[in-house]
Amino acid sequence: MSAPPPVTIVGAGPAGLAAARAAASAGARVRLIDAEPSPGGQYLRGDALAGPHGGAAGQGAHVPDGAEHISDTEVWALEPLPGGGARLHLRSGPADGSGGARTADAPVLVLATGAHDRVLPFPGWDLPGVVTAGAAQALAKSQRTAIGRTAVVAGTGPFLLPVTRSLIGAGARVAAVLEANAPVSGWLRCAGGAAAGFGKFGELVGHTAVLARRRVPYRTRTAVIAAHGDGVLEAVTTVRLDPGWRPLPGTERTIAADALCLGFGFTPRLELAVAAGCATTGGFVRVDAAQATSAPGVFAAGEPTGIGGAALAAAEGEVAGTAAARACGHPVVAPLGALRRVRAGRRFAAALAAAHPLRPGWTRWPRDDTPVCRCEEVTLSDLHAAARSASGGRAFRLASRAGLGLCQGRVCGRNTAELIGLTDDDAQRFDRRPIAVPVRLGDLADGT
Amino acid sequence: MTGHPDAVVVGAGIVGAACAEALGRAGLRVTVVERGAPAGATTASGEGNVLVSDKEPGPELELARSSLRRWPDVLRGAAAVAPDAPDPEWDPKGGLVAALDGGAEEPLTAFAAAQRAAGVDARAIGGDEARDLEPGLSPEAGAAVLYPQDAQLQPVAAATALLAAVRARGGRVRHGTAALGLVRGASGAVAGLRTDRGTIPCGAVVNACGPWSGDFSRLAGAPVDVRPRRGMVLVTAPLPPGTVRRKVYDADYVGAVGAGEADLRTSTVVESTHAGTVLIGSSRQRVGFDDTVRVEVLRAIARKAAALFPALARVPVMRAYGGFRPYTPDHLPVIGEDPRVPGLWHATGHEGAGVGLAAGTGHLLAALVTGAPADTDPHPFRVLRGEEDGRE
Repeated sequence: MSAPPPVTIVGAGPAGLAAARAAASAGARVRLIDAEPSPGGQYLRGDALAGPHGGAAGQGAHVPDGAEHISDTEVWALEPLPGGGARLHLRSGPADGSGGARTADAPVLVLATGAHDRVLPFPGWDLPGVVTAGAAQALAKSQRTAIGRTAVVAGTGPFLLPVTRSLIGAGARVAAVLEANAPVSGWLRCAGGAAAGFGKFGELVGHTAVLARRRVPYRTRTAVIAAHGDGVLEAVTTVRLDPGWRPLPGTERTIAADALCLGFGFTPRLELAVAAGCATTGGFVRVDAAQATSAPGVFAAGEPTGIGGAALAAAEGEVAGTAAARACGHPVVAPLGALRRVRAGRRFAAALAAAHPLRPGWTRWPRDDTPVCRCEEVTLSDLHAAARSASGGRAFRLASRAGLGLCQGRVCGRNTAELIGLTDDDAQRFDRRPIAVPVRLGDLADGT
Repeated sequence: MTGHPDAVVVGAGIVGAACAEALGRAGLRVTVVERGAPAGATTASGEGNVLVSDKEPGPELELARSSLRRWPDVLRGAAAVAPDAPDPEWDPKGGLVAALDGGAEEPLTAFAAAQRAAGVDARAIGGDEARDLEPGLSPEAGAAVLYPQDAQLQPVAAATALLAAVRARGGRVRHGTAALGLVRGASGAVAGLRTDRGTIPCGAVVNACGPWSGDFSRLAGAPVDVRPRRGMVLVTAPLPPGTVRRKVYDADYVGAVGAGEADLRTSTVVESTHAGTVLIGSSRQRVGFDDTVRVEVLRAIARKAAALFPALARVPVMRAYGGFRPYTPDHLPVIGEDPRVPGLWHATGHEGAGVGLAAGTGHLLAALVTGAPADTDPHPFRVLRGEEDGRE
């Protein structure tokens, strides 16, 4: 009998690390592939400010002993293998450098590819000084550097609070935190869900206390609808929103700021799952109770299966890692605790999602000349012109050029779909990226 | 609009759009039926080639020359009646075919000589002169042929402009409507088209379903042998203007177009777009409608492109996309009325040359439907030629 295959995990954030630990403790060989130099993902990124992580992070950014950690390495393409799992095409080092291109066959694969911040377009959102909340937090955590001296944090969702805390910790003055929803009443309406995530709720209360001590104004039903500056951000215009996020006329205010950190929730990274042939529902990978996708030998954990934060991602990772070890032929013990945490975490995630939806009124924030796709400089009026001539599908993308630039629609894909009212099929086209990250033609040519 | 159309074109790709535009210009009332979005399948996957350079003397070259003559007028005419349609980016940029090894020089110059005899502007030049025209070209290129007539357009915009002209002349374009079969009268002739949104009475139906033409022909009770052939294209990040100036391709292109094998075939075509990206094609593979991306295919394309333009090896490839070409066993399009079903017309099977051949195909089909004189001999494109010739 041949040796059991390894469990291959893509992504070393909370979900991927938990999967690695669970698979290793079940006796599986583990191979962990991650784009960053050190493990932890966005959530556990070398955080010197917030002190030791409890609860959610659990054992932190620890790669289990004996696991093969392939760092600094991107999966630029994935092909399903006939017997299950996938062949991964890897590239190491900088995108424009001559990285070692190679392949790895993964008959049993866990995709823990995470998510990226969602940002909504409005006049000036492309000015230097306007960043995603995640980027601001990453800079604060890893470099102990604030993105600016005076920052405004705007968007929706609980992630705005730890970002604010990181900015304060890195020495920035936070002029305001603007939450577009009215989340407290939102949580109260879903009492069961909120109670299920009581530990997480306590963490959020802790963030709020820091804001109060620092006298950071926290405003709900408020958003930034314009950013101003001569080549670089100098001020923002805020406005009160109605419950549908339409701006209320006459409520505009100007705040001087040299940094604006935006976070409107997260968009899952789906391209590898899509390439693997995993079925999706509502923009997320569909998984069963063991985190198995519809593609044989492929499991998924964390944000690609639903936005729920680090604790839920870690619990899903533990379940996925255990199931993956079992798929490799190792006897496992059912991870009952993790399964329970997944169920509770999903209830809490559902409550959070219900309290922080994106309301359709945001589509009134961009003006005709506001760029929606920054890579290809496609404005809102360009999108409407393209939609008039090409009613959908690939023709619309080619006519508008939205999502055809370097980010491949990661930033603008869902925004474009909502602004134009694309069908679900057409919206999902933005998640199809046969080349998941740019690869040098020479590396492509040299591979075997 | 009241009343029924004279003709219904099934398929709103570049060929269907060109046929509908030509029929409408000839005075017929036209409806176009498309199950998905217009110009959303093969047309959206093409590079927009309008080439004479890759065609050997024969009926396809004659259709290509007719098409090349007509495209600028057709586009001008469409813009005149529908000025708000997108710019099709017609660009007579010329083509350059380079022989990368000594063995390819002789066949290339012989091929070009035969084309010249057939009326194509094909100028044999040396490797150094070729590098003056295309500074990034490989030092290995020893001989080349310049084809000043080769052109490029943006196929989605062109199809969109043609469909806008159809509407401007009173025709209809119904997308999201799937054709299910024909309604036939007592004589057996076409009396209408059945769709999932009801029946459209008409006297003529044009099958312009591209790679799906075989499926529709079976629904219509008159099968034609048109099958999908998979192709892949790589797209680079935007590069400085002038990196690639023409359509530049390897002299082995012609061999691949003529091949019918299932094996992977690649031949290099490199060209820049108005957006600054460089398109690198292309592969030919018979894998049915399987749209899985095969990295070995991308590698084969990349390897040959780097041989043709060595500097491209350092350039990031941003995305890849694939599509299906409609191909016939003898690699010639099928254009004409189906002898088995009066009123059923086919305009399909253009393989990778649909954009280049569309204007000529629309002209020929409209001439055949209305009885007007055509500038191309339709006989080589007739339906059922395989059976009667025993070539199938």
